[in-house]
Amino acid sequence: MTLTKPVVSERVNIMPVDGHSMETRNLSAYYGSKLAIENVNLVIPAKRVTALIGPSGCGKSTLIRTFNRMHEVVRGARVTGEVLLDGDNIYAPDVDPVKVRRLVGMVFQKPNPFPMMSVYDNVVAGLKLEGVRDKRLLDETAERCLKQAALWDEVKDKLHASGAALSGGQQQRLCIARTLAVEPEVILMDEPASALDPISTLKIEDLMQELRERYTICIVTHNMQQAARVSDFTAFMLAGEDRVGRLVEYGPTKSIFTNPKDQRTEDYITGRFG
Amino acid sequence: MATMEETTSTASSLLRRRGINPGDRVFRGVMIALSGLVILILVLLTYQLLHDSLPVWQAEGLSFIWSSTWDPPKDVYGALPFVYGTLVTSLIALILAAPVAIGAAVFLVEYAPPQFAGPIAFMVELLAAIPSVIFGLWGLYVMAPVMRSVVEPFLKNSAGKLPVVGGLFLGPSLGRDYLTAGTILAIMILPTVMAVSREIVRSVPDTQREGMLSLGATRWEVIQNAVLPYARTGIIGAIILGLGRALGETMAVTMTIGNSSRQISPSLFTPGYTLASGIANQFNEAGTGLYFGAIVGLALTLLVIAFLTNLVARILVKRTASGPVGATV
Amino acid sequence: MATIAAEGLLAKSNNRGNLRRRYFVDRLLGALVTLAAALGVALLAIIIAYIVIKGLPAWNLEFFIGHTEPVGVAQGGVGQAIVGSLLMLAVACVLGIPLGIGAALYLSEYGRGAFAEVTQFAIETIAGVPSIVAGAFIWAFLVKTILGSYAGLAGGVALGIIMIPIVARTAQEVLRLVPDSLREASLALGIPYWKTVIYIVLPTARAGLVTAVVLAAARAGGESAPLLLTSLGNDFYNFDLLKPMSALPLIIYKYALSPYEEWHQQAWGAALVLIVVIGIVSLVTRWSVNRSARRLRG
Repeated sequence: MTLTKPVVSERVNIMPVDGHSMETRNLSAYYGSKLAIENVNLVIPAKRVTALIGPSGCGKSTLIRTFNRMHEVVRGARVTGEVLLDGDNIYAPDVDPVKVRRLVGMVFQKPNPFPMMSVYDNVVAGLKLEGVRDKRLLDETAERCLKQAALWDEVKDKLHASGAALSGGQQQRLCIARTLAVEPEVILMDEPASALDPISTLKIEDLMQELRERYTICIVTHNMQQAARVSDFTAFMLAGEDRVGRLVEYGPTKSIFTNPKDQRTEDYITGRFG
Repeated sequence: MATMEETTSTASSLLRRRGINPGDRVFRGVMIALSGLVILILVLLTYQLLHDSLPVWQAEGLSFIWSSTWDPPKDVYGALPFVYGTLVTSLIALILAAPVAIGAAVFLVEYAPPQFAGPIAFMVELLAAIPSVIFGLWGLYVMAPVMRSVVEPFLKNSAGKLPVVGGLFLGPSLGRDYLTAGTILAIMILPTVMAVSREIVRSVPDTQREGMLSLGATRWEVIQNAVLPYARTGIIGAIILGLGRALGETMAVTMTIGNSSRQISPSLFTPGYTLASGIANQFNEAGTGLYFGAIVGLALTLLVIAFLTNLVARILVKRTASGPVGATV
Repeated sequence: MATIAAEGLLAKSNNRGNLRRRYFVDRLLGALVTLAAALGVALLAIIIAYIVIKGLPAWNLEFFIGHTEPVGVAQGGVGQAIVGSLLMLAVACVLGIPLGIGAALYLSEYGRGAFAEVTQFAIETIAGVPSIVAGAFIWAFLVKTILGSYAGLAGGVALGIIMIPIVARTAQEVLRLVPDSLREASLALGIPYWKTVIYIVLPTARAGLVTAVVLAAARAGGESAPLLLTSLGNDFYNFDLLKPMSALPLIIYKYALSPYEEWHQQAWGAALVLIVVIGIVSLVTRWSVNRSARRLRG
C-alpha cells in the first residue's frame, strides 16, 4: 500500500444562497462526567456534503450525533455549547428534541429497517407518526422517496414485502428513503456504506451527489477515498492522549487533501496512522 | 494418560468420552444412571396416569373430555365442567395479568432508571415465590369479601346492564367464583409474564429504537411502533408461559372458586371447578373403581394441556431470540 | 434568545400540528406503564402486609410447639406441621439432589448426543408438570398401590419430583459458569477427568449448587397440592414416614377452610412462618449468587 494522497474530484465550489446550514459553537460532549469531544467549532454549509474524518475513537460519531440530539439518548450523556440550525440553537432550553430529529434526519451505519413493517410502511413510517392518513399522499410520497433513493425500480413490485427481506445495500437505501419522507432539512449519515459491499457503496455515494441538490448532507466516514470523492468540505478530527476528540482542521475538501495546513492532517491523509 | 500435548479441548472431550481412566468410566456411568432415573420418573409418571385412567377411557372414550355430566354415584364421568373452569379462570387471569405485566416490563426496560429497575423487578418476582396456598388464604379472606361486596355488585350494575357482555355478570355474587379465582390467578402469573417479557423487550436491538427516534418519534411512539412489534412473538410466548402456570394452579383456585359442579353457565359469578381443584377435592372419595380412574383421567387431561401449552410457549420464546422472520437486522 | 430558537424550530417542524396530541398520548402511556409497575409492587406489599398483620398475633410458644387440638379444648399449634415439613423436605432432598445435580453434571460435562437431548427434554417437561399432577402420580403409584396408605414418604417423594427440575436447571447454569480453562488446567496436570469434576469443578461451583438446592427446597416446601394427595396431613406429631404426615402448607389449607376463627388465625400465623423462611432464603441466595458471580468473573 503506497502512501499517496487520494485523488480529489474536481468540483466547482459555489456558496449557495438558499438551503439549510448548521453550525457548532464551542461544542463539547460528555458521557456522564467523561469528556468525549471538546470545543468544536464547525460549519456545515447548506446543500453541500461535509465529511467528518479521522481515526477510530476520534469522536466523529459522537459529534454527528449531537447534530440531531441523538447523543443525549444514552443515559447521562450531555452537551455544552451550541449547535445551530439556520441560526436557531437546537440545544436551547425549551427546544423539543423530537422536533429537531424531524428536521435533521439520520442514516445509520448498520441498515435498520423495521422488520415487522413492509417496504412501503417503512418509507411512510415517519409520515404516519405525524398523523398523515391520506392514502394518495402516502402513496405519492413513498414512490417519490423511493425514486430519490434510487430504489423504486427494484422494489416497486414488492412494496409489501418485509423491509428486512432486502439485500444490505437495498436496506440502506430504504432507510434513506424513509428519512427523506419526512422532508428533513439536513441529512446526517454515520458511516452509511461501511457495512455494505463495494457496488452498494458506490450507489450510496452517487445518491449523496444527487441528494445534495436538495439537502444539506453531513457524513462520517473512516474511508478517506470516499471523503475525497464525495464531499465538498472535510473536517478532520483527532483524539489526544487524553482520549478527548478535537477538531484539527476543516476546509474545502480539495485543500484538505492537496494542501493540509496541519501536520497531523497530512500524516493522516498520507496514511501514516489511522 | 493426559500429558502436556493433550490439553486442547478436542483432547479433553475425547478423554471424557473414552474414559481412559477406569474412574472416568464409573463416574460417567453414575451420571448416566442418575439422568436415566430422571427420564424414568417422567416415563413412569406418564405410564401410571395412562394405566390407571384406562378404565374411564374404555368406558367413555375421548368423549370423557367433553361430556358435561359428572355423577359419581351413577359412575358417569364427564370432564367438561372441569375443563371449562380451567379455561375460564385461566383466560380471566391472562386478560387481567397480561397488560399489567407487559406494561411493567416496558416500564422497567424503557423508563426506569437503571438503579431502580433491578430492585423493582426483584420485588415483583418475589410475588412468584409466595406459595399457592397462601394466595388461597389471602384470596379467601381478603379478596373474596371485597369481590362479593364491592367489585361484583359494581360490575353487575354497570357492565351487567349492557347487552351481550351483561351475561357475564349475572346472578348472585357470593364472592367465591370464576371471577375471584381468575383474579387471584392473575396476581400469581403476573411475575412470570413480566419477567419473560422484560427479557424479550430488553433484547430488542437499540438500532431499532434509534431508527424510529431519528424520524422524530416520541418515546412512546418508539415503543409502540418499533419495540413492541419486534418483540411481539416473544411477548406472546411469555403470555402463554403464564397460561401454562395458570392451568396447573391448585390451592389458590380451590380456595376461591367455590367448588361446585353446577350447570356450566357463562356468568363469571358462578362457582365452579377446575381440573386441578376437582382432583384436590375428590381424591379422597375416589376408592378404586371407575371414580378413581376418572380422577386420574382428570390428571392426565391436565398434564396434556399443560404440556402442549408449555411447548408452544417455549417455541415462541426461543424464536424471538433469533429475531423476527426473515430479518437480518 | 432561547424562546426564539424554540419557536423557529417549532414553526418549521410542526407543519402538521398534531404534536400536542402525540405528547398527550406519550405522557398518558408513560403514566400507565409506571402505574403497572407500581401495581405489581403494591400487590406484593399488600399481601405481605396482611400476612404479617394477621399472622404475627398467632405467634407464641404454644403455636410453635403444640400440635393441633380441638377448638375450645386448647389453643394448640402447628408444631407437627413444622416437623412434618422438615422431614418430608429431607426425603425430597435425598431424591432431588442426586438426580438434579447428576443430570445437570451429565448435561454440562458430556452434553452432546441423543441421550443428553432426552435428559434435557425430561427436565423441561417435569418442570412443566403441574404439582397436583405430580401428586396424583405418587398417589396412584405409591399410596394406592405400593404403600396402601397415605404416608410422609410419599409426600417426600412427590416433593422430590418437584425439586428435580429446579435443582437441575439452576445447577446447569452454575456449572456453565465454571470456566473451561479450569478443567483443562487440571487435565494438563494429569488429573483424571472424574477427579477433576469432583475436586475442582464441584467445589468451584459449590456456592451456586447450594443455592440451587436451597431455592428448590424453598419452592417445594411451599407446595401443598401434591402433599394433599400423598401425605394427607396429621393432627399429631408423627415421625413415622409410613404414616400420614402434616406439613405447613397442608395445615394452612386445613385451618383456612375450617369454620373456626381460632384456626383461621393460626393459618395466617403458619403463612407468616412460610413467608419469613422463603424471604430469608430469597435474599440470602440472591446475595450469594451475586457474590459468587463476582468471584468467578475475577
